[in-house]
Amino acid sequence: MAFKKFVLVCGGEGCGSDLGTNLCDAFRREIRDRGADQDTQVVRTGCFGFCRKGPVVKILPDETLYVNVKPDDAAEIVFEHVLRGRPVTRLRYDQEESRRLTRLEGSAFYHKQFRIVLRNCGYIDPESIDDYIARDGYAALEKVLFEMKPQDVIAELRESGLRGRGGAGFPTWRKWVFTKEVPSDEKYIICNADEGDPGAYMDRSTLEGDPHSVLEAMAIAGRTVGARQGYIYIRAEYPLAIKRLEIAITQAREYGLLGRDILGSGFDFDIELRLGAGAFVCGEETALIASIEGKRGMPIPRPPFPAVRGLWGKPTVINNVETLANIPVIMLRGGKWFGSIGTATSKGTKVFALTGKVVNSGLIEVPMGTTLREIIFDIGGGIKGGKKFKAAQTGGPSGGLIPAAYLDTPIDYESLGALGSIMGSGGLIVMDEDDCIVDVNKFYLEFTVDESCGKCAPCRVGGRSMFNLLTKITKGQGTDEDVDQLRIIGHALQKASLCGLGQTAPNPVLSALRHFPEEYIAHIRDKKCPASKCLDLVTYYILPEKCIGCTLCARHCPVNCISGERRKIHVIDAARCIKCGECYRVCKFEAVSRG
Amino acid sequence: MIAERQESSEGLTIRPDDSGHSNAREKTEGTGSVGTEKLTPELTDFIIRWRDKPGNLIMVLHRIQETYRYIPRAIAFQVADLLRVPLARIYGVITFYHFFRLKRPGRHLISVCMGTACYLRGAEDLIQELETLLGTGLNTVTEDGEFSVEAVRCLGCCGLAPVLTVDGQVYGRMTKEHLADILAKYGGQSLSAK
Repeated sequence: MAFKKFVLVCGGEGCGSDLGTNLCDAFRREIRDRGADQDTQVVRTGCFGFCRKGPVVKILPDETLYVNVKPDDAAEIVFEHVLRGRPVTRLRYDQEESRRLTRLEGSAFYHKQFRIVLRNCGYIDPESIDDYIARDGYAALEKVLFEMKPQDVIAELRESGLRGRGGAGFPTWRKWVFTKEVPSDEKYIICNADEGDPGAYMDRSTLEGDPHSVLEAMAIAGRTVGARQGYIYIRAEYPLAIKRLEIAITQAREYGLLGRDILGSGFDFDIELRLGAGAFVCGEETALIASIEGKRGMPIPRPPFPAVRGLWGKPTVINNVETLANIPVIMLRGGKWFGSIGTATSKGTKVFALTGKVVNSGLIEVPMGTTLREIIFDIGGGIKGGKKFKAAQTGGPSGGLIPAAYLDTPIDYESLGALGSIMGSGGLIVMDEDDCIVDVNKFYLEFTVDESCGKCAPCRVGGRSMFNLLTKITKGQGTDEDVDQLRIIGHALQKASLCGLGQTAPNPVLSALRHFPEEYIAHIRDKKCPASKCLDLVTYYILPEKCIGCTLCARHCPVNCISGERRKIHVIDAARCIKCGECYRVCKFEAVSRG
Repeated sequence: MIAERQESSEGLTIRPDDSGHSNAREKTEGTGSVGTEKLTPELTDFIIRWRDKPGNLIMVLHRIQETYRYIPRAIAFQVADLLRVPLARIYGVITFYHFFRLKRPGRHLISVCMGTACYLRGAEDLIQELETLLGTGLNTVTEDGEFSVEAVRCLGCCGLAPVLTVDGQVYGRMTKEHLADILAKYGGQSLSAK
């Protein structure tokens, strides 16, 4: 049956969990009832990336994007648009914007987003292996099995310049060569899907939207290095991704694309899932291996590297989801093509989870070398509510804060490193003038302190000491010496910690001391929090010249600490004020001030 | 505000002589503190199927928590026997990972995301409001056993920040004002009216 029209309903966790399922059913019902099911297909796809406006629905072939769609809207969209070709303007997202955000492959315009990793997300039904195959799925594996030798695969990867997308950016081909060259009866491929960075969901969306791409890449890796077993280590917090992976693995086995004698080539390879259990440190290779082995996820010193001695003491390739999702495309289109995208040292694209105070939160994929300004202001649509940009944090708790002065830096591994941040896995959090840098530093350190496994002293003790100093500063008890202490301890952590968690934990603080010293000075010397976030440093008061005595603030105050009669100036009793900000929020005359 | 792990004192406690596996059970039996939960036949089958696979412990614990919503002490003893691993190792693994619980949560579990995007968009206020509405703190259970609130790491729905889940159902773009209605959906009417 050939379909002429497609209704693509976003089935990403954000959209799907809320209304997506009902929405899909509603469209199917409408289309069937109207007798249009002969030429129109409803597909529940992976994440479109445009999470802010979800649930999102796209109609093909004309690529109309509908946003904030509710099940009740299905009737109108089907009747007006699918049957009569008249878009429902009420729900349609601005055309110009929609092209920018969901650029189709091959449409020559808008080079700001470029999809390699997310090539299939939002276009295929992730629970259908046929959909994946129809878009060149498993063609790369076939090519590797029948037309390429392992050294050809390595050569292609080397030419592509692909580097690990999990954070450190180690060249992928090197990892593979290390494992390939160690003689061993057993070797393993591990896909690291333990996306623990708070504020990042690239891997989740890739797995939910295009699970087969990762399976295919793991089989290619297995063939190349001589492994027969793969494991996907995935967070238990991602039930939908787990379900779709399970379906994908079952389908691939049925089609003979996993298991014994794949496609009659004599190559055996199978994949199993292993669930993480909420430990950030398990993103570190050796800790991840300990966790798959069923132990507490604590790292061990390297070398030997897992590529040589990994899972159960055997050589193991560990690649991140995004790294793997690139590989089938590289095999099909060639390393040279891939190497032509990006900057001199960082090739290809990068997926970012653009979140925080930005207008268009969502999942984006851009070529390496795109500037932060393009990402935040062009793709992201700027800062919410017309506020002022303050900082962007890449790399989550392991990364650093980037100030406005560096918005035009082309993003790659080296440029971010030079700014005191890291590429990381792809979390990109935008902060505006209402966010306090010291408070955000404290938030991240609280996270890393809590997630420290406690094995090595620098991380266990140093992280806690830094956190205590930050707490002191946010309470208005900080001194200039505390800043020196933060620097000294931070540098010690970077040098002496056993694993990446501790080595990178001070990055947010050190980058803030470098780029935002004035925020620390305000907290320490002036005892002020410029963003009014650190409650101990904030007082609320009423400006007598603006107060008209409407009593609104007094009625909203949860602790009744605002006094004043109707049409008389009100006063806040600072001693009883709990600084909830309710009066500030409700006052219609800007008469409540804080500082 | 990070979820404190408070369960160790009341949950599975390990004594110095609990390092062995099979005899650990006998030693504690009779004290009455072990609990009476028995592994269901399906769970026993599952464990036996995984018994010879290396690295099985975490997968087994996941399956148990899926069934009981936490890891009951009595069940941990039985797992130690079946898998032939010391109870201390099971305890070590449970307490290392945030995901595993040693205490039974309320009938409805509210998880407030404390990922960065949610934090910046006011997740802390949501937790405070829930504490006020339910009259209970983080990681404790309301008196009637109906609700518990936990702060969790990123749920990966950052586009909808701030986000919380109730029994796995995601609620996005939350504000304090939404919370009473959501509790009401799960039978928390009387509580929100208080």
